Amino acid sequence: MSELCKTAVIGDSASVSGFAALGLSVFRETDGDKISRLITRLASNGFGVIYITEPAAALAAETIKKYRSRRLPAIVLIPAIEGNTGEGMRGLHEAVEKAVGSDILN
Amino acid sequence: MARLNVNPTRMELSSLKKKLASAQRGHKLLKDKRDELMRQFMNLIKENKQLRSEVEEGIREANRYMAVAGSVMQREVLETALLLPKQEVELEVTEKNVMSVYIPVFSPKYRTADTDDIYSYGTAFTSVDLDGAISALSDIFPKMIRLAEIEKACQLMADEIEKTRRRVNALEHIMIPDYQETIKYITMKLSENERSTTTSLMKVKDMVLKQSHNFT
Repeated sequence: MSELCKTAVIGDSASVSGFAALGLSVFRETDGDKISRLITRLASNGFGVIYITEPAAALAAETIKKYRSRRLPAIVLIPAIEGNTGEGMRGLHEAVEKAVGSDILN
Repeated sequence: MARLNVNPTRMELSSLKKKLASAQRGHKLLKDKRDELMRQFMNLIKENKQLRSEVEEGIREANRYMAVAGSVMQREVLETALLLPKQEVELEVTEKNVMSVYIPVFSPKYRTADTDDIYSYGTAFTSVDLDGAISALSDIFPKMIRLAEIEKACQLMADEIEKTRRRVNALEHIMIPDYQETIKYITMKLSENERSTTTSLMKVKDMVLKQSHNFT
């Protein structure tokens, strides 16, 4: 089975503008409710991968969690222009803790 | 351990024995599945960690350029330069089955044949730092796709491992001991019945003998 899907980037304007040049769909959004709605809309409209900046992801944590166990879309946290908050790495540690029972990374 | 609420009959006994056998078999299979999933998960998680640090480093690099570009160029000019992208990327999604966890695999399809054809603006009015930012992003993009793939795989596998572990534990600590306890109970009850039948038969035999032959 194979299908084509699109890729989106969500975040504040300064952090995500560059991705437009690569041909990704860029959504400049900084409001929590709007981000949540946007993710839901993108997920049901054939977007397979959604990159979202860490500050934007923090505003829509509930919605992102909901899509964690779905096959698609894959929601990936990326650092914003202000710098890395480590939230993306924390997601990794959470997965390990869930699978193994304790966090054995580090 | 709780004994199951069943009648102590031979029929129940044989059906329980069958259930116990399949529970034990299922337990063994699930345990193997859990171990294999765990092994693959550990490999993936290592790659995931490595990849994430690389991607974060790459994006930080791009952001640094972007911050400089943003400071030397007018915001509107910068936005306009990126308004109409030349390149367009779509991902082809295929599925990979890892121990019955379906994980997506992405392969990028570019609109133009030249994947470096990403600069959607003339160089006259834009800062060189913008070029740097975009080239840095383009360099890291294949890794970003792989990261999306592998992070999703890790999340899905973590879910599956948790589920499988629960099943293994439920079988090992609840279902199998329950079945064993119930089987033991039924066996005891049946042999007790048998003994009681034998004794009453002996008693009856005694009585009959006594009556017919005046035996003592």
